[in-house]
Amino acid sequence: MISLLVNGKRYKLDITPDVPLLWVIREHLKLAGTKYGCGIGMCGCCTIHINGKAKRSCQITVGQAKGKKITTIEGLSASHPLKKAWVEEQVPQCGYCQPGQIMQAAELLAEHRNPSDEKIMKTMEGNLCRCGTYPHIKRAIKLAAQGGKK
Amino acid sequence: MTSRLMTRRKFLKIAGLTIAVLITPSGYKLLSAKEMEKKTSEAFVPNIWLQIMTSDEINIFVNKSEMGQGVYTSLPMIIAEELDADWKQIRLKVAPASDEYKDPVWGSQATGGSTSIRHMTEPLRKAGAAAREMLIKAASEILGVPQSECETHMGEVVHTKSSKRIKYSGLVQKASLLAVPQNPSLKREETFKLIGTSLPRIDIPDKVQGAAVFGMDVFIPDMLYAVMARPYAYGSKITSFDEQAALHIEGVTHVINFNDKIAVCADKPDLAWKGKAVLRVKWSNGTSPNLDNGLLEKQFLKSLDNHGIKAREEGEVSTALSHAWKKIESTYLLPYLSHATMEPMNCTAHVRKDRCEIWVPTQNQTGALQVVKKETGLRPDKIKINTTYLGGGFGRRFETDVVEEAVKISKVVGRPVKLIWTREEDMQNDFYRPANCSRISGGIDKAGNLTAWSHKIVCPSIFARIFPGMVKDGIDPAAVEGLKNMEYEIPNIFVEYVRVDTPVPVGFWRSVGSSHNAFTVESFIDELADLAQRDPLEFRLSLLNKNQRAKKVLEVAAEKAGWSKPLSKGEGRGIAQHLSFDSYVAQVAEVSVNKDKSIKVSRVICAVDCGRIINPAIITAQMESGIIMGLSAALKESVAFSKGGVQTSNFHDYDLMRISEVPDIEVHILKSNEKSGGIGEPGLPPIAPAVANAVFKATGARLRNLPMTL
Repeated sequence: MISLLVNGKRYKLDITPDVPLLWVIREHLKLAGTKYGCGIGMCGCCTIHINGKAKRSCQITVGQAKGKKITTIEGLSASHPLKKAWVEEQVPQCGYCQPGQIMQAAELLAEHRNPSDEKIMKTMEGNLCRCGTYPHIKRAIKLAAQGGKK
Repeated sequence: MTSRLMTRRKFLKIAGLTIAVLITPSGYKLLSAKEMEKKTSEAFVPNIWLQIMTSDEINIFVNKSEMGQGVYTSLPMIIAEELDADWKQIRLKVAPASDEYKDPVWGSQATGGSTSIRHMTEPLRKAGAAAREMLIKAASEILGVPQSECETHMGEVVHTKSSKRIKYSGLVQKASLLAVPQNPSLKREETFKLIGTSLPRIDIPDKVQGAAVFGMDVFIPDMLYAVMARPYAYGSKITSFDEQAALHIEGVTHVINFNDKIAVCADKPDLAWKGKAVLRVKWSNGTSPNLDNGLLEKQFLKSLDNHGIKAREEGEVSTALSHAWKKIESTYLLPYLSHATMEPMNCTAHVRKDRCEIWVPTQNQTGALQVVKKETGLRPDKIKINTTYLGGGFGRRFETDVVEEAVKISKVVGRPVKLIWTREEDMQNDFYRPANCSRISGGIDKAGNLTAWSHKIVCPSIFARIFPGMVKDGIDPAAVEGLKNMEYEIPNIFVEYVRVDTPVPVGFWRSVGSSHNAFTVESFIDELADLAQRDPLEFRLSLLNKNQRAKKVLEVAAEKAGWSKPLSKGEGRGIAQHLSFDSYVAQVAEVSVNKDKSIKVSRVICAVDCGRIINPAIITAQMESGIIMGLSAALKESVAFSKGGVQTSNFHDYDLMRISEVPDIEVHILKSNEKSGGIGEPGLPPIAPAVANAVFKATGARLRNLPMTL
């Protein structure tokens, strides 16, 4: 039995510790906002927070996540400044990578109130978007950093 | 009762007629009176696209797939406009796969070719307008006033003299008994309130919360997970495998041998993959064990010496070339490309004896329906296909391979099955954008005028597999897209097509033939401008006298970019234009080339004339999207082959453009009275040549192979 703390809720799972956390979150807990994109930590679709840090959930086993505070896109407040900015700037197209993008950006804003362009680029570089929503992502992060005011 | 039924039958007939003028005779079927009877007890149904409910909600059925291009917003906008609805009343309904929802132009239910707005505007406007007229008539009867004194506004009919208002919901019961007008009058453009505005997209709030359901996110009670072991090499078959080893893993329920692949089913995906890992499959050699990049390149280039099939001939090209004052010949080579949708292929299927249900992110509902029909032998009315959100499409999800697999597996296990492809399977089992090469000769006269253009393209055929009936005289329409209809006015022009067949399957990839032909044409035009010692913009404009729309987008892009403004050393500015899917797009790219010879694109200015504008924000987003995908392909993407199969396997060896590499992009949308053109694809084709032309300006090096390397 592995006990997990996800979005403030405790889950007990009968599972071997070597399963990637991504699949546990998605297919066991059915929190499907966290996406599978590559399985090798190269696309960022599966980004979640572990103890407040943005991590690729495909690169962490459920055993390693035991006892840690896990937050997924569903656990990020519905009125989080980034979620609002993402709507305001109309960021998503297909939308598949967006939960990962938002979770990555959320860590950035938690640590840097007003990140520079360079900081935004460097932090967000690991998150792929095939639709090319990058210009909108950049604008949405800046909007959220400015407290939602243009 | 009898009269009501008669009215409804008549109504159905009229509604069908209204729509039938827009579709091929074989492609349409009416809802039965019985089905209508059920539906109209609580809702007013002028036709199948629209339901105004007594609850004041308006259901709009969208027959196109949402893969990021915004159709779940732009298509309802068209109905809501004609209906004069309050946008807040609109509820989006995803149409199931069935005859009623076929694209009226195609006669099939599919999304592609940047056609959604082009094909659906007319029927949707008529549907909205018909309903509006019927609501006005109902109101005039209720209020006992002439129809001419009634107007519609934000979901209400208003009697202008008395200011009496009735909500649509209060009129639907009466209106549903009226005959549907066959030719409702459409709104005048200057009265549009929704069309032409940047309404926020309907799908975005759910996508931001992580609540939008993609194919991967489907959960069905009692569902199994399926994964697939596939061969590396093309044509390879199974010689042996260890079924028991997989079945010994707790949770693994089935191992199914399909001869050229093996499915493993389990309670959870991780267990299925564990089962797959211990199968120890031995595969036979493939059918082309020596296939690799070198061999393919040789085959393509060698095919340039073959005679092609004539796709276009005007004037006398060989004479013109021999009389040319100066002439040049260039060869271009472009690679196979992967779609790399962020959501890997997947499908959930539940096959039962008497029915079947499918959940799939698909661009091709009609194709999916046919596959299920073939695999199960069930009648179409026993098959339900649910289209989920698509985590990217780009043409890959027009294919139905994954549907066929999921259905086959569910048929064997007798339970719902979610089949998930890994990224590696997705990369290695794609229907790729075809590799291709072109040899182009061009000549100019003493005055620097372009007199001759001879173009031979070597390219595999996409249509031969997907729509063989559309291959006319041996010419694949995609291979010569943008060549056969090249816009430049050249007195002597010759285009020929050499089909080359390789083991690599090819398919539709965003902008299809234009994705490669815009590059060769717009690069070679630049080479000719240089030969004539003329400015590339001026040279193009001089060849577009009859083509004002192409000319205009070039002029706007150049003006907004500051075409003649000087740049620093090591920087360059390039321009390109291309017509595709009824939309004209020109782009100017500014690049700098660093000491390490890396190319940085710093700024892109895009001008688009896509006819009537439905939602400008969506158009801008699609232009940006096409530019970024086009840049990604031009600078980074190429599928590698080795030892008879696809070597490329994931984003570490097939990287896509990342946020740090994206230039500043400006999009200028031209006002136009023409019919709406497509927007999903036309942003992509001009960017690669604009960048190559800019690199030439910056360095003097002409890049004729993609992806670009200096």
